[in-house]
Amino acid sequence: MSSTTPLLDVSGLTKHFPIKGGFPIRRTVGAVQAVDGLDFQVAEGESLGLVGESGCGKSTTGRLITRLLEPTAGKISYRGQDITHADRKGLAPIRSEIQMIFQDPYASLNPRHTVGKIISGPMEINGINPEGGREKRVRELLEIVGLNPEHFNRFPHEFSGGQRQRIGVARALALNPKLIVADEPVSALDVSIQAQVVNLLQKVQKELGIAFVFIAHDLAIVRHFSQRVAVMYLGKIVEIADREDLYENPRHPYTRALLSAVPEATVDAEPRERIRLTGDVPSPINPPSGCRFRTRCWKATEKCATEAPPLVQVEGNKPGHLTACHYPETEATIPAPRLSKDPEAAA
Amino acid sequence: MTSTDSQPFLSIKDLKVHFSTEDGVVKAVDGLSFDLVRGKTLGIVGESGSGKSVTNLTILGLHNPDNTKVEGSIELDGEELNGASEKTLEKLRGNKMAMIFQDALASLSPYHTIGTQIGEVYRKHTGASKQEARARAIEMLRRVGIPQPDSRVDNYPHEFSGGMRQRAMIAMALVCDPELLIADEPTTALDVTVQAQIMDLLKDLQQEFGTAIIFITHDLGVIADIADDVLVMYGGRCVERGTKSEVLRTPQHPYTYGLLGSMPSLEGPLDVPLNPIPGSPPSLLNPPSGCRFHPRCAFADKVEGGRCAKERPLLEIVDGRGNACHLTEEQRREFLDTAARAH
Repeated sequence: MSSTTPLLDVSGLTKHFPIKGGFPIRRTVGAVQAVDGLDFQVAEGESLGLVGESGCGKSTTGRLITRLLEPTAGKISYRGQDITHADRKGLAPIRSEIQMIFQDPYASLNPRHTVGKIISGPMEINGINPEGGREKRVRELLEIVGLNPEHFNRFPHEFSGGQRQRIGVARALALNPKLIVADEPVSALDVSIQAQVVNLLQKVQKELGIAFVFIAHDLAIVRHFSQRVAVMYLGKIVEIADREDLYENPRHPYTRALLSAVPEATVDAEPRERIRLTGDVPSPINPPSGCRFRTRCWKATEKCATEAPPLVQVEGNKPGHLTACHYPETEATIPAPRLSKDPEAAA
Repeated sequence: MTSTDSQPFLSIKDLKVHFSTEDGVVKAVDGLSFDLVRGKTLGIVGESGSGKSVTNLTILGLHNPDNTKVEGSIELDGEELNGASEKTLEKLRGNKMAMIFQDALASLSPYHTIGTQIGEVYRKHTGASKQEARARAIEMLRRVGIPQPDSRVDNYPHEFSGGMRQRAMIAMALVCDPELLIADEPTTALDVTVQAQIMDLLKDLQQEFGTAIIFITHDLGVIADIADDVLVMYGGRCVERGTKSEVLRTPQHPYTYGLLGSMPSLEGPLDVPLNPIPGSPPSLLNPPSGCRFHPRCAFADKVEGGRCAKERPLLEIVDGRGNACHLTEEQRREFLDTAARAH
């Protein structure tokens, strides 16, 4: 990561959506601070997971990277080239290298187009004529994603949810991208189908060496898919690390609480610690001062309210493991509030 | 509650729910039986279209009578509900049995305050005055952990956050101290930290009131957390039944087994591909013959004479444990063990 230029380098990335109000002249009266000062890199062929609860800004981040949204501030570099405010022309060569997979396989495919037209769309738009023609390439792609190449002339409604998501993957692969932003690619699918699509994405990532920004709220799937994971809370990254580090040694109280809240389908293991977080995520229109997690944190002090903790390698972290907390978790930490009446824990 | 605790409080026998549609008859539920005793939680797991929600809407009598054919028996505390009059059902709904839905925003009226909506149920069933109902609503909001219930009671649903709306709906469902609570994916739309709060709340309330709960979900992790017994549904039928630890620890049906195997965990080995179940869930307009899982089952060819495609496997339940599969006990042990080792 350090020796060569990363594929994607994001620094200070910020997106504020203005809120308009007032009469008779509509003025900007506030802003939804969806994303506020993100720094991260994605190396070639690497998969970075973005996790967090709804409203933490993970989808906005995905849309900023693909430049579907205009950043308010900060910088996005793709292979050393600044694309933060690049115009249509400047983006054209890069668009083909950064692709996106969407959450809803029903809404993201045009119902009036055949599968062939959907998948060859990106080639058409970019004026690419692969050897042997577009149709041949589409058939190849269908094969890669595990669909029958004969389905070329079918329409999306003839496919199940999982198959549609495969069509979405084929479309994203059409231009041989270097980076795919996958925004909750499996959360709309049935449990038994999720694994099929996750395996497909993993195969694509390994065999074609494509880097992924994998956005999801399911911590187990992110752990399975991503080499590195960033945890977001209210528009900020609170912790980023290699997945082993993050899942085994979470240093931010929020990461720990989030991990402990995931229900696991086991009864054998001794009951894991379960941290009870009170309340809801505050509004991003008026986020708490200092550390944004402090209103729900059991360790918060005066310092947390006045001083925003920087995202740094706190003491005890391995290199590359960054945590934004004044009082990172340690073995001998202040005990977290437990769930009140956990019968398993009491037994 | 009463001393009949060991008697099933809710007893479903051979329930069939068929919808007639333009394309044909949809057999949403096809021969389902189960019992539930007071103070226990039954988790119903299944994918979309497995019939889990339809079953529960039918228990409450919320299906559309014009195009729905319901056969079998639904007995609540000794009273037959299938074919009961709307008047009888109305008396029971919200009173003796209540339901929590997945989408709290869609289930609350945007034009009425939270307090009015909670109070309405109470007034209907107890004949209480407006003032009494309001006091009761405040008490319920306090009980489900809403801060400042005195002022919150006059809020509209849009002024509540997602987790609070779900709490308000739980308050509404519990306002008449129902003996049966049906929760249909109550936490699916919530974030994990809020989901943990809601499940914690349901457990507390159950301990306090001895409510029988049917908890519908597609998430086996949630089941592991909240259920006592588990019923796994596939294609409108129950394929496996048992206590939580039996089903999760030693799954017997290949579908349950496949579901458990296809889920990544927070602790399992890394860099191993997941073990998905091939294919997709069946269409209930034209369900597969025999065992409905056989087109996707890895073991279907192991059963002699192609019985899986021809003959419906019966669900035999002994001591609350059973599965509907043609594999013999020895075969099952062999195949599932081999698969477990390979995993």
